[in-house]
Amino acid sequence: MTIGVVLFPGSNCERDAIEAVTALGGEADVLWHGEDSLRGADAVIVPGGFAHGDYLRPGAIARFSPVMGAVAKFAADGGPVVGICNGFQVLTEAGLLPGALQKNRGLKFLCTTVQLRVETAHSVLTSEATVGEILRIPINHFEGNYTCSAETLAELRGDDRVVLRYVDNPNGSVDDIAGICNAGRNVVGLMPHPERAGNALLGSEDGVPLLRSLLVAAGA
Amino acid sequence: MPGASAPYDGPVRFSVAVEVSLRPGIADPQGATIERALPALGFEGVDGVRVGKSIRFSIDAPDEHAARLRVQELCDRFLTNPVIEDAEIRVEQGALA
Repeated sequence: MTIGVVLFPGSNCERDAIEAVTALGGEADVLWHGEDSLRGADAVIVPGGFAHGDYLRPGAIARFSPVMGAVAKFAADGGPVVGICNGFQVLTEAGLLPGALQKNRGLKFLCTTVQLRVETAHSVLTSEATVGEILRIPINHFEGNYTCSAETLAELRGDDRVVLRYVDNPNGSVDDIAGICNAGRNVVGLMPHPERAGNALLGSEDGVPLLRSLLVAAGA
Repeated sequence: MPGASAPYDGPVRFSVAVEVSLRPGIADPQGATIERALPALGFEGVDGVRVGKSIRFSIDAPDEHAARLRVQELCDRFLTNPVIEDAEIRVEQGALA
């Protein structure tokens, strides 16, 4: 199975994603943002970084890249799509996930390791994880403060679509939200970086069950 | 010519100013930080600080109404994120006052 990793000008986590996927036995293919094809990928990762320099707003310009049309169609057909950090911002701007990411409450760029609680195992990123499990995963963002309308929040909670919550909220995200999924549960966005937690030598291997879930979804 | 409208000279150039601000109720950490810093600088009695951004450009359109419609669409689709931001639009023929 092949995981397509989208590459925008300004992405900087694509190598980490490729390495993490490959270490788990998957294959990765880099998808240049200017091409409107996923080249047969079985799942898509929209990685972190600063797509198109984050000009205007993070993700605002990236959503118009040709590849995003193919990603949207793939997602609409039920294909697994995961947006990590800047990738999460891109997916919200593209309308594939609800809400928005605004500047951290403390106005500080946060680069640390946080604890996340798995809130549902019913998503393409958490099927191999256990509800209630605590994962140690790095964060690395300035605009990770998730916000949405009261109606959207009620919908996310009512439909069990909050995938991951911060144990100790670092950025002011509403309801401690670290990651959410769409109604089809095949599109997940999260601010933390599971691809940087794939090996104990990196400080944590708690990202493994998440990435393994994506590989399982890709093989389905 | 009877019944003919004014001769059409092609599109008109309009100047546009878009002010993007955070929607009411959306936390504004930049505004809050500026507000907290003001007393230390000797500026008392300042509150309600909100930080936004200003975007200016020119646009060609047949008339002002058409120009406004295009700018509104541009704001809705690109210049603002409607989840967290509002836009205030100024459109004027020629240079902005």
